[in-house]
Amino acid sequence: MTTLLADPQLHAQAAQGVQSAAWLLIAFPLAGAAILLLGGRRTDKWGHLLGVAMSLASFVVGVAVFVSMLGQPGTGRSRVVHLYQWVSVGSFKADMNLLIDPLSISFVLLITGVGSLIHIYSIGYMSHDPDRRRFFAYLNLFVAAMLLLVLADNYLSLYVGWEGVGLASYLLIGFWQHKPSAAAAAKKAFIVNRVGDFGLSVAIMLMFATFGSVSFQDVFGHASQASHGTITAIGLLLLLGACGKSAQLPLQSWLLDAMEGPTPVSALIHAATMVTAGVYLVVRSHAIFELSPEARLLVMIVGAATLIAGAIIGCAKDDIKKALAGSTMSQIGYMMLAAGIGKAGYVFAIAHLIAHGFFKAGLFLGAGSIMHGMNDDVDMRKFGGLRKVMPITFATFGLGYLAIIGFPGLSGWWTKDGIIDAAFEKGGTSGQILGWTALIGAGITAYYMSRVMFMTFFGERRWDEDVHPHESPQVMTIPLILLALGSIAAGAFLIAGDRFANFLAPVIGAPQVAHKLITPYTGVVFVLMVAGVAIAYVQYLRRPVPRTAPAGSFPVVAARKDLYGDALNESLLMRPGQWLTRLTVYFDSRTVDGLVNGVAAFVGGTSGRVRRLQTGYVRSYALSMFFGAALIVGALLLVRL
Amino acid sequence: MTGHYLVLSAILFTIGGVGVLIRRNAIVIFMCVELMLNATNLAFVSFSRMHGTLDGQIIAFFVMVVAAAEVVVGLAIIMAIFRSRKSSSVDDANLLKY
Amino acid sequence: MSGVVAAGAHQTGESVIFWVLAVASVAAALGMILVRKVVYSALLLAVVMLSLAVFYAVNEAPFLAFVQVIVYTGAVLMLFLFVVMVVGVSSTESMVETIRGQRVAAAVAGIAFVALLILGFGHATLPATTGLKDANAAGGNVLGLARLIFTKYVFAFEVTSALLITAALGAMVLAHRERITPKPTQRQLSEARIRSDRVSPLPPPGTYARHNAVDMPALLPDGTVSELSVSPVIARRRGGTHEDLHGELPEVAAKHEATTLRAVVERQVEVDSKVEEKEK
Repeated sequence: MTTLLADPQLHAQAAQGVQSAAWLLIAFPLAGAAILLLGGRRTDKWGHLLGVAMSLASFVVGVAVFVSMLGQPGTGRSRVVHLYQWVSVGSFKADMNLLIDPLSISFVLLITGVGSLIHIYSIGYMSHDPDRRRFFAYLNLFVAAMLLLVLADNYLSLYVGWEGVGLASYLLIGFWQHKPSAAAAAKKAFIVNRVGDFGLSVAIMLMFATFGSVSFQDVFGHASQASHGTITAIGLLLLLGACGKSAQLPLQSWLLDAMEGPTPVSALIHAATMVTAGVYLVVRSHAIFELSPEARLLVMIVGAATLIAGAIIGCAKDDIKKALAGSTMSQIGYMMLAAGIGKAGYVFAIAHLIAHGFFKAGLFLGAGSIMHGMNDDVDMRKFGGLRKVMPITFATFGLGYLAIIGFPGLSGWWTKDGIIDAAFEKGGTSGQILGWTALIGAGITAYYMSRVMFMTFFGERRWDEDVHPHESPQVMTIPLILLALGSIAAGAFLIAGDRFANFLAPVIGAPQVAHKLITPYTGVVFVLMVAGVAIAYVQYLRRPVPRTAPAGSFPVVAARKDLYGDALNESLLMRPGQWLTRLTVYFDSRTVDGLVNGVAAFVGGTSGRVRRLQTGYVRSYALSMFFGAALIVGALLLVRL
Repeated sequence: MTGHYLVLSAILFTIGGVGVLIRRNAIVIFMCVELMLNATNLAFVSFSRMHGTLDGQIIAFFVMVVAAAEVVVGLAIIMAIFRSRKSSSVDDANLLKY
Repeated sequence: MSGVVAAGAHQTGESVIFWVLAVASVAAALGMILVRKVVYSALLLAVVMLSLAVFYAVNEAPFLAFVQVIVYTGAVLMLFLFVVMVVGVSSTESMVETIRGQRVAAAVAGIAFVALLILGFGHATLPATTGLKDANAAGGNVLGLARLIFTKYVFAFEVTSALLITAALGAMVLAHRERITPKPTQRQLSEARIRSDRVSPLPPPGTYARHNAVDMPALLPDGTVSELSVSPVIARRRGGTHEDLHGELPEVAAKHEATTLRAVVERQVEVDSKVEEKEK
């Protein structure tokens, strides 16, 4: 174990100063959610302002903690804030502790920073919604739960946050619950996540059974003593949990439907933060995955497969949010791939996660801005030529677009190239396969994002007649601009000079080799990117875009139908499940109920006959008493004589 | 002689019991119950004499008291039933049945 | 009295009394459960109880013998007769058994019960009769009983008093009839009477008739029977209206009537002739 987590003396270091106030990080948004949810309608007027204030306060505390951490030596940056002992049952103990280390503080800054921007944006976006207060309450609840997830120092607390974000996600996807599609999407997200959560909970149970503890310190410290099979099992179960939360194959189906929620939700939860929790889980549990190459290989395979599948789905969607959702799947696939590679990949996984948090949040909020101006229409075939009427949205969206396709110098280029390099550097046939998959994925990314860009902002105007697009108010555009700045600079800031790698080193180990900026594959990536943009240019800018989707060939239809993910789930899981249920019901109603009813009928029938003895004639009763007396006399005589 | 009294007591008791079973008039049934109580009293008194103690007579005395109380309440019940159903037949009061 | 009979020398006397009264009491008991009329049953029960009183006296229990006469024959039986009077309407019951097999079963059970009891007594070895001479020695039977009641059985005695109070209260509650309408005033009663068909009092029974029994209806001046003169309860008990006035068959009654009439007429003639003679 090369991490400091393995060293209990260093790890046990208690937080001091401003870091001991880290509990405020969670307390602020939690209090906001409580006030807004319990306060009811009387908080309607200022509810959104309180929500923003709580999120910003959390961000301020996060920055303060971050700054105080920078003042500490590199090896002493893992601090524990002990809040209280949560569970103490026999040998099982779980403390409610907050673990502040470079990894968690990175997430804290991302969640509270991007989260605050999205809170601010939502003031404008949700201004016409009568339930805006409830929306902010759920957003605050989400922020609190997500912070608990990343700040937990044991798997049980992490699980609470994990379920908390699942709840918030469910509530927010189904925020417009009067729409049946939204209600169904919320249920779908919840149920699919349940499969993943099941894996995570079993993993936690297995950890307790193996190590007698669920704290990171104990589990990682003793991981090398456990059997290889156990570690692999834990790793695979954690992967299952990560797949559910991060919408990775085979649990990807919920994310596309989750776009039924309000757009800020899609930006915050289903692009920037919650869906990346799976990546966080894998990186946080790297000590386990490093001991099990099999589990790691599966992480890579899942990542690579999702990367391609998400990109293909993104190519065919006409719904701008679903196209972006496919892109999210694909980008998280990159992160998973990087996390599975091992030491060489962690930094790029987290860096890409943060960069993605900026540019994808920017893209989603941009999409929200467009929808805001287009009467909440999401069909890109009815957009077109918007760059003139929405200049700020166009500029920020364009910067996010350049970042995601990996235009040299912008965020995505730094982080995605790093992932592709790491895949190739892994070596062997598998490295080659994964590397080329990532490369092709980058090309497809350029294609589908260019498609979104061209169909939305360029070309002729295909608007509906009653639509009058306009630029969004400042409360929405300023977050867009700030996120665009992040899209430009985050990658360079993190990757250049191995800054982020050194920062994270106390947690995930120092990189073995310094990252090379220019590799043989940089050129290939660039060529593929240009090719993707060019194809999209030919298809969607040179030719007119029809207002109704053409029939399309088989691959297009398949991609439109999410690569038949739902059909697969239905035929493999839903229908057999329904048959099983019917069989059980049949068995219950015929056999079990038959037995019970038969006994009841027998008893009832017998009683019906026996009760005829109860004639109501007192003389009959007296007769039986008299016979009884005679019998007793007879019995006495028999005994005595 | 005690044996004779006991046999007489048994016979009277049984006649009373059979009377309860075959008569329907509540008043007659009460009389039969009284007859049964008196039959037991006879047994008590003769036992008292046989043993040479007065305890049996005391018990017979108590039986008389209880019988008096029982007759008072029982006849009141018969009156109440008669008032509501215009009948003193025990077979008519047979609502408490299946 | 008890001292006389209890003496060993009078063993024969006791036997005689026993056999006579035993036969009488069993016969009376059987009669009690077999006769149709309730009043007869009550009277036969009195016979049984009086016989038992004599048995108590013979068995050196003079106090109980008197209590038996006073409490049972005097009070309890009178109570029975009162109730029979009130309930009287159905006091003659049909002897047809309505519950199937009840009589046969009762007979079987009764015979089996008494047979088993007698079998048991026959096998029992009873000790020689001690007699109560010693027990009654100090102050007699009543003092002996009193001594026991107020010492050994004082608690049971007190409980008995509670039982009697409760029974008295219970009887009052049960016999009490709740008034559900306001009591009519004198004015209301008189107004109702004026409004009714009959203002005058009902004719008393027996008026203008030859019997003064309460169940004998009055004869109206035109010789017809007045139904109003007999209480409906009594009329129903007699089994409908009075076809005849003498409780006899119609033909006999008619003959009787004729004889009486003739006698009256003859007597009137006699009286008339005597008056004429005097006047002469």
